[in-house]
Amino acid sequence: MSAHADGDDKNYLNCETTLWSWISTVDHKRIGLMYLFTITAFFIVGGLAALTFRIELFSSGAQFLTPDQYNVLFTLHGAIMIFLFIVPGIPATMGNFLLPLMIGAKDVAFPRLNLLSYYIYVVGAAMALIAIFNPFDYILSGFSAEQAFNPADTGWTFYAPYSVKSGSAVVWMTGAAFVLGFSSILTGLNFIVTVHKLRCPGMTWNRLPVFVWALYATSVIQTLATPVVGMTLVLLIMERVMGVGIFDPSMGGDPVLYEHFFWFYSHPVVYIMVLPAFGVVGEIIPVFSRKPIFGYKMVVYASVAIAAVGFLVWAHHMFTSGISDWTAIYFSVATFGVAIPTAVKVFNWVSTMYKGSISFETPMLYAMAFIFLFMVAGTTGVYLATLAVDVYYHDTYFVVAHFHYTIQGGAVIGLIAALHFWFPKISGKMYNEPVAKLAWFLVFVGFNLTFLPQFVLGMEGMPRRYFDYLPEFQPMHRLSTIGSFINGFGYTFALLNLLYAAVFGRVKAPRNPYNSLSLEWKTASPPSHHNFDEDPEVDDYPYAYGTPVEGGGHH
Amino acid sequence: MSGHDNSEHGELGHIVPFKVYLAVCISLMVLTVITVVVAETVDVGSWNIVVAMLIASVKASLVALFFMHLKFEDPITWLYAGFPIVLLFLLMGGIFLDNPTRMEVKPVEVVDTLKAKE
Amino acid sequence: MSSSNEATVSGPPHAHHWDPVTAYHGSKLGMWLFLATEILLFGVLFTAFAIFRYLYMEEFHHASQYLDWKMGAINTAVLIFSSFTAVLGVDAAQHGDNKKTFRWLCVTVACGFIFLIVKYLEYSHKAHIGLFPFIECNDHAQFCWDSVEFKNEFKMYFGLYYCMTMLHALHVIIGMGILTWALLKAKKNRYSTDYYTPVEMGALYWHLVDLIWIYLFPLLYLVD
Repeated sequence: MSAHADGDDKNYLNCETTLWSWISTVDHKRIGLMYLFTITAFFIVGGLAALTFRIELFSSGAQFLTPDQYNVLFTLHGAIMIFLFIVPGIPATMGNFLLPLMIGAKDVAFPRLNLLSYYIYVVGAAMALIAIFNPFDYILSGFSAEQAFNPADTGWTFYAPYSVKSGSAVVWMTGAAFVLGFSSILTGLNFIVTVHKLRCPGMTWNRLPVFVWALYATSVIQTLATPVVGMTLVLLIMERVMGVGIFDPSMGGDPVLYEHFFWFYSHPVVYIMVLPAFGVVGEIIPVFSRKPIFGYKMVVYASVAIAAVGFLVWAHHMFTSGISDWTAIYFSVATFGVAIPTAVKVFNWVSTMYKGSISFETPMLYAMAFIFLFMVAGTTGVYLATLAVDVYYHDTYFVVAHFHYTIQGGAVIGLIAALHFWFPKISGKMYNEPVAKLAWFLVFVGFNLTFLPQFVLGMEGMPRRYFDYLPEFQPMHRLSTIGSFINGFGYTFALLNLLYAAVFGRVKAPRNPYNSLSLEWKTASPPSHHNFDEDPEVDDYPYAYGTPVEGGGHH
Repeated sequence: MSGHDNSEHGELGHIVPFKVYLAVCISLMVLTVITVVVAETVDVGSWNIVVAMLIASVKASLVALFFMHLKFEDPITWLYAGFPIVLLFLLMGGIFLDNPTRMEVKPVEVVDTLKAKE
Repeated sequence: MSSSNEATVSGPPHAHHWDPVTAYHGSKLGMWLFLATEILLFGVLFTAFAIFRYLYMEEFHHASQYLDWKMGAINTAVLIFSSFTAVLGVDAAQHGDNKKTFRWLCVTVACGFIFLIVKYLEYSHKAHIGLFPFIECNDHAQFCWDSVEFKNEFKMYFGLYYCMTMLHALHVIIGMGILTWALLKAKKNRYSTDYYTPVEMGALYWHLVDLIWIYLFPLLYLVD
């Protein structure tokens, strides 16, 4: 295909090596990597916050934190994990790296805008850090010890009216979320234009990899839902500054209006997190099953359907907030609708594996873990969508367990799967398979040990966000804490294994270690600065594994 | 508006004759006057806002179709010009479904009724 | 479908990696997407205004009478006219006439200034009669924002009024910035019949600013 030998050639990593060449790069691959390192740093911070309060919860009664510190920690865990880690998550890292490669383009549509969105993210992250340390209250109060440590403590949802009255760190945290939203909007906008305008010859919509479809659906949500929360957070800040009273019931305002605005974004945002993971799994399963993806069209239509339905169901987060019965009934019914396209996807993945020639390499293991965990998340989601049941489950550990199964079991596992799957392409090296499998085992066992007990706790009535609990809950809480540490070790092993392989690894990756048919594997590992040596062209969708391809329903 | 017939394709975007732009501008000014006059003189009660918003929408459509060249854009642009408006109506729809149909819950009364039953 | 992978790329490969026609259409699609986000950004404020207007119709009506509809009408006319000149700027650029583009965009930016001046006069009048936050209570003013007598509904109305108009004014300022950048390029004769993307993007943004005001004006100033 090319005159260059793989490996010895100049690639995107070593074509320029100065620090400036990295921080001023407009290369989508490098920007993807910069995002990857930044969000991983915040993943570690958010994870450490979680482990800290899991230690506090190991036993009933106060341990080593004060209730206020506990409030701060779960707020930081939520806000950092959501806004700084998992929303940029797969799209900004793997999406940036892979989207142009997968559609045969040289870069995204607006490379400089792409770099700008990264720096907007950095500004937002800096504001979030200010919110964590919040030095201003301390300085303004004349260094009074009471104000020494006063970060945001509202929970990641910033519910009014408490967020209007809580410390000034809320302003920094909501400001950070607003700025991060802009970064998200620019990434989404960039991806949409890229998919529309930069597909290589032959790359019709019906030949797009499912990951690209998922990214496209994600980008639409990112672009069109994010402004709503941005403006809502601005209103919250205005409320604090001008005392307008829009969200303050004592002034004739409506705190539930804040929740409506917030969830109008924050429900679709769940799909921003998990849709790209769907795409990743959709890429991995056919490769390691050596079978064409089952029902390609249904898989991609389901992505779009999930994105669309995601806009219609937001108030199911508010069943107990005093919304009217009619509203609750509508939103409950609509929420059941989400189960349909998601179930279509699960059936398609399982059918893809059925009678396939499956090899259990690490990415496949993560993909299968994803399906299992997401099944649990989805089915418990149906409980929570049920109006009467949700009144009981609302704000219990059942909800906590449900959304961790969705977001960690879905989106984070999806990201780790993607990291392993495309690692040879990104770094040009192969990672240590046995260590990766061990890490997978720890992650899977640790995750379930953490959150399965939380379902039980929730059913027994343990409310979320509580600093202390009754002694009856202690055994389950202990299991959960132990599990969270196993889970944390698992992620540490997985990431260190990849980092070690990337830096010290000796085994060079071939162009296409998995014999995948997708376009990104047709270029060198790692790709050159220009992505492709020759202009790519495609004449089929990338899942025509095995012989013969009956029906050819993908044309 | 007969802009489409008289207009030609530019090398990149669509070129629209000057008189179309002028006609749109004059229509917008006239509609603004109508908005003011209607608001100050005609009173149809709660329909006032509907009338005002309808006129505003006509004006907005004129701006979008001719000044912003939406009339000559491809379906994808139409899709993304229309999508936010659909979402906006969804948001308003959800909130207007909720707020006016909310029950006034008065805990004191509930307690009183329960006591009366005992 | 659209493809743009020309093998020979001179100059920085990643900054200019598609052909001019695709670049033009791509930029326009990107701009429309951005405008979509702007509509939703303002949409939240419109929604909040709608629901509170529904709940407190009388008080909002009363509050709106403290706005001067004549000022609003002048600003509406100014913005519509500036939209007209902006589109003439685009038209001139489409014909490759840099001089005319420069002139029309200058008029547009000047209209932006007029709009802001009128807005400033309105705000300072509000501040004078005490309908403005952050103003100390004094005896001359008709109202006092922070006093207990000041009606909550008034606070809400004017709070939303300031949020909406200030955000809009911010967009006017940004739009003026973009158009200034675009007209400076016209001054340097950068545009031709096959490249005028900055003018068109700046004008699109400016039309959106106009479009939002078309709704704000009757909603805030006129509706009883």
